[in-house]
Amino acid sequence: MTVVAIEPSFSRAVQERSGEPVLRCYFCQKCSAGCPVAFVMDYKPAQVIRLVQLGRKEKVLSSSAIWLCVGCEACGTRCPNHIRLAPMFDTLRYMALEEGYKPDPMVYALHRSFLDSIRLWGRVHELSMLMEYKLLSRDLFSDLGMGLGLILKGKISFLPERIRGVSEVRRLYQKGDTGEGGHQ
Amino acid sequence: MKYAYYPGCTIGTTAVEFGLSTDAVCEALGVELAELEDWNCCGASSAHSLDHELALRLPARNVALAQKDGLDIVAPCPACYQHVLVADMKLRGDLAWRQEMEALLGFTYTGQPRVRHLLEVLTEPEVIEAVRRRVTRPLKGLRVASYYGCVLVRPPEFTGWDDPEHPTRMDRLMAALGAEPVEWSYKVDCCGASLSLSRSGVVVTLSSRLAQEAQEAGADVIACACGMCQINLDTRQNLEKKIPVLYFTELMGLAFGLPGVEKWWGKHMIDPRPVLQRVG
Repeated sequence: MTVVAIEPSFSRAVQERSGEPVLRCYFCQKCSAGCPVAFVMDYKPAQVIRLVQLGRKEKVLSSSAIWLCVGCEACGTRCPNHIRLAPMFDTLRYMALEEGYKPDPMVYALHRSFLDSIRLWGRVHELSMLMEYKLLSRDLFSDLGMGLGLILKGKISFLPERIRGVSEVRRLYQKGDTGEGGHQ
Repeated sequence: MKYAYYPGCTIGTTAVEFGLSTDAVCEALGVELAELEDWNCCGASSAHSLDHELALRLPARNVALAQKDGLDIVAPCPACYQHVLVADMKLRGDLAWRQEMEALLGFTYTGQPRVRHLLEVLTEPEVIEAVRRRVTRPLKGLRVASYYGCVLVRPPEFTGWDDPEHPTRMDRLMAALGAEPVEWSYKVDCCGASLSLSRSGVVVTLSSRLAQEAQEAGADVIACACGMCQINLDTRQNLEKKIPVLYFTELMGLAFGLPGVEKWWGKHMIDPRPVLQRVG
């Protein structure tokens, strides 16, 4: 007999933190049917909700699904029980980071580089952001052709623009929900 | 008509032709865009992916900047639009948070400015009328698949200005330009958005499907309203026959006979000129 790790309080915690009534789901799977990225997820959106309801915390927080949701809101718009899954997926990512689960390295590297760029300049500077992403993700060589094409079209600026209120923007980072904001 | 313009980070770079065409068509229509001074990035997908509080705070600073003049905020980027809209809703509805932000950023929230998307503003009935009058070179015979993407019209309880499953405002604008809007089933399907770099294969699959479906519906071009959609579709179509992807404002500029359209076309990876030169 297999022993399954169940945390009954998990579903309540997700419901409270995300503000989404995940316990209402009756598994019609409309979310999974319309999800553009379900085809690469280990658990489809409806399965993630079901696992949350069942308290399968470890399975959920270590899944790739929570990192692949792009927040397109198709599921939330169609849910007959008015559950928006995008904020639920956000919440699951925060929980995963707080509890030391390993995030998808590429997705995480991109978001990290993006937020670092905003903290540095107040706006995103694509070229330096992409360089940081390449280093963090250790994916140095993909998309170089596309990048060169964009540079030749004059669509990537070499020099960043720093806004005057950058210190104000940095202050906004100080109290992060997950402590991610203050992370260097 | 005067708005506080929140261009967002892509307007000066990867979506430069969106910015240039927006400036040009708004000027032609007498819609004044006063750039929000010293605006910052809204945090895009990355802030809400990693940090809920930061995802509200970053756009809240832009809402703060707009309070003094009281003008409605207009954003051309759907993600900027959505994040600023959500921050404004939070400021409106959560008094304790509003006070915390007011103290942190040194402003007074009046709640007067509304947050709007450029497509919403440019498809109000009176603007559509002005568009019709302004057209000097109708886009006769150009079949356009209007592509709305994801968060421009979703979730409907936030946006509310077009149908979340079957939006029509861009289609009506295209008809006003003399173009022929095509019916297709993919107008609100996501392009893969921020997975473009971290999971480019996903975006290739999604963008290629969108491009394929638009062509099967008989479209000559796809019209879009988002820098992310445009770059994904413009660079990730893995098809033998590719379809050009234009910002709706670029097609407005063409129909208005504005100078400078050639410069915008030159910014595209899939050259729209062979298709557009046949028009009219």
